[in-house]
Amino acid sequence: MQITDQTPSTPPLLEVEHVSMRFGGLVAINDLSFTATARRITAIIGPNGAGKTTLFNCLTGFYRPGVGRMTLHHPVRGPVRLERLEGFRVAREAGVARTFQNIRLFPRMSVLENLIVAQHHVLMRASVCTIAGLLGLSRYRRAEAHAVGKARHWLERVGLVAHADREAGTLPYGDQRRLEIARALCTDPLLLCLDEPAAGLDPRESQDLNRLLRSLRAEGVTILLIEHDMSVVMEISDKVVVLDHGQKIAVGPPAAIRTNPAVIRAYLGEEEDEPLPPEITGAIGEEGKAHG
Amino acid sequence: MSARLLKHGAPSPVLVTAIREAALTGLLVVVLAVPFLGLKIENAGNGLLLETRWPAAFIAVGLAMGGRVLLVLGREWWHRPAVFDRFPGTVFLSERPLWGLGMAGILLALFLPLLLPNRYAIDTATTLLIYVMLGWGLNIVVGLAGLLDLGYVAFYAVGAYSYALLSLYFDYSFWLCLPLAGLLAALFGILLGFPVLRLRGDYLAIVTLGFGEIIRVVLTNWNTLTHGSQGISGIPRPSFFGLPFGVAVEGGPVTFSAFFGIAHDPLHRVIFLYYLILVLALGTNAFTLRIRRLPIGRAWEALREDETACRALGLDPTTIKLSAFAIGAMFAGLAGSFFAARQGFVSPESFAFLESAIILAIVVLGGMGSQTGVVVAAFVLVVLPEWFRDFVEYRMFLFGAAMVAVMLWRPQGLLSHRAPTLRLSPGPAPPH
Ligand SMILES: Nc1ncnc2c1ncn2[C@@H]1O[C@H](COP(=O)(O)OP(=O)(O)O)[C@@H](O)[C@H]1O
Ligand SMILES: [Mg+2]
Repeated sequence: MQITDQTPSTPPLLEVEHVSMRFGGLVAINDLSFTATARRITAIIGPNGAGKTTLFNCLTGFYRPGVGRMTLHHPVRGPVRLERLEGFRVAREAGVARTFQNIRLFPRMSVLENLIVAQHHVLMRASVCTIAGLLGLSRYRRAEAHAVGKARHWLERVGLVAHADREAGTLPYGDQRRLEIARALCTDPLLLCLDEPAAGLDPRESQDLNRLLRSLRAEGVTILLIEHDMSVVMEISDKVVVLDHGQKIAVGPPAAIRTNPAVIRAYLGEEEDEPLPPEITGAIGEEGKAHG
Repeated sequence: MSARLLKHGAPSPVLVTAIREAALTGLLVVVLAVPFLGLKIENAGNGLLLETRWPAAFIAVGLAMGGRVLLVLGREWWHRPAVFDRFPGTVFLSERPLWGLGMAGILLALFLPLLLPNRYAIDTATTLLIYVMLGWGLNIVVGLAGLLDLGYVAFYAVGAYSYALLSLYFDYSFWLCLPLAGLLAALFGILLGFPVLRLRGDYLAIVTLGFGEIIRVVLTNWNTLTHGSQGISGIPRPSFFGLPFGVAVEGGPVTFSAFFGIAHDPLHRVIFLYYLILVLALGTNAFTLRIRRLPIGRAWEALREDETACRALGLDPTTIKLSAFAIGAMFAGLAGSFFAARQGFVSPESFAFLESAIILAIVVLGGMGSQTGVVVAAFVLVVLPEWFRDFVEYRMFLFGAAMVAVMLWRPQGLLSHRAPTLRLSPGPAPPH
């Protein structure tokens, strides 16, 4: 039933092998293996509770999977085993950044400060553990100016420069989502994990997001994308991994996933869960017709 | 927008609310007032006598109900939303006006000994400044890093006993002990912080409360080292950079007054101590204002805002918390050694939980993270009770009432503002 992964022209950046994660009796991820090709967008889709967020939590060091290996092929450091890193080291040592399904900003800090905190390590080094900073040495001031420059760059990219000095928590929902992405990008990630970034966006914002993700891909960022909106998935992803009840039920290019009977069954046949929103069923059907 | 007060015609919803809330309040006060005010047990020589004081209870109920009605109506009058809906949805306020206030405060503090050259005033101001410094130190831990520390006084004790013991056993001078006390307190902060900082919120508060008590109990019971509850007396007073303040004696060391060729005045020492704590406190403030704008300070605030997001960005929560804990402790240690030097006497009694509570109250009342707020709150909590010494039995009552009032009307504290630590647009730069 499974569609085999086409051999990628570029080597995988991330290799997930036989990963399982259980919570007590509940198997949230069951023997999951897949790869994310460097400089490509890999979408992770699946019904609610399929284990997508749990997968991100494993990758970014919040959970430690009971079994399995997660290897990130770092161009400088070589292979890095994510499950062996202490949680907070994943971002810096493996270059994996993420956003959260429920946005997690620093709400009472300004937009700009949110982006500066993301560059903590660079600035900490420049401030020589605060001492050069306390003395106000030019070395630190230069580093700070550079950090502000990077923050400004990403704010321009997501269209938030005008709001740079606002309190992050007062931004409208869509802006908060984009700010969270900009913040993750300020860590210079190799792998960017986005947990439902289009949730709650209006169609125009969603289009902007697609454009941003495509340009990031062109600049060499590898993206793992959890997404519910099938039209987004079909439009921008290079590869789709479908999860259901912690199980990988399909993997392949979007065109193949759209017509995959197991996927359609997983989405349509989940009566025990909440009913599927019409835009998803609609998108699957329409896309299927349009390309079929 | 909302219904105006006391319109003619049908009873306005406000009035209905007012009456309903007043009735509820009245009921509550009846329950409380009958046993506490209405009944009184009198010792009548050969037994106990139950007296009744119904008028008192009646007045209490009436006052409470009337107050509630006024509260509800007043609230409506100002078109304010209900008390509990008004949690701060703050925007950044300009720090400018506060900055002016701060400058005025500093000027006043600098010239205080000239304006009020009496011992009592300067002593009170010195006490106030000790609490301001402690408040500023704790503000780093609670206000910036968001770690609820109920045992802050432990580090104050470490600082005080550091000086007391080092001078008692090794004859170290105050000026040597001051930095040592700061270092030792910071070290204690790290030692105590290491095991507990994995805990969050309430758990952390309870464990720090325990540590605060442990330090006090150790100081009370380690008789051979600390002289137990008797305390250590005869702690040498600080000199004016080597010149003691005493009366010049034949063949003794050159005193401050002799060196400067002025008449001996016991006020000199008091004024010197005042300026010493002023410098220490302002140093604490300057340090905090500066470090807020450095990566470590921003990391503290980020940690207070969202620890999970910090981890995802590669910040190590343990180190960041430890640094806040240690630096906060260091300032308590410095204040502690000053306290020991000023009193010339330390005993464990000075470091009871109530002190931690007062310092925390200063931070919370002032507005967490607000440096000016700490000064205002310290004034309210330390100096006002001094002025109202005649009402000393009501002190705790006023204290409690003030806290309740602040939590109702300004849950964010008296002064709560947060200016961003750097800006993209060239706006008014936050002052240093
Ligand atoms: N920390 C946790 N403890 C217990 N169960 C969890 C935890 N996190 C996730 N789960 C469970 O794992 C399953 C997968 O959840 P999740 O990964 O959030 O799904 P989704 O694909 O919608 O993101 C769900 O059944 C969820 O209840
Ligand atoms: Mg999810």
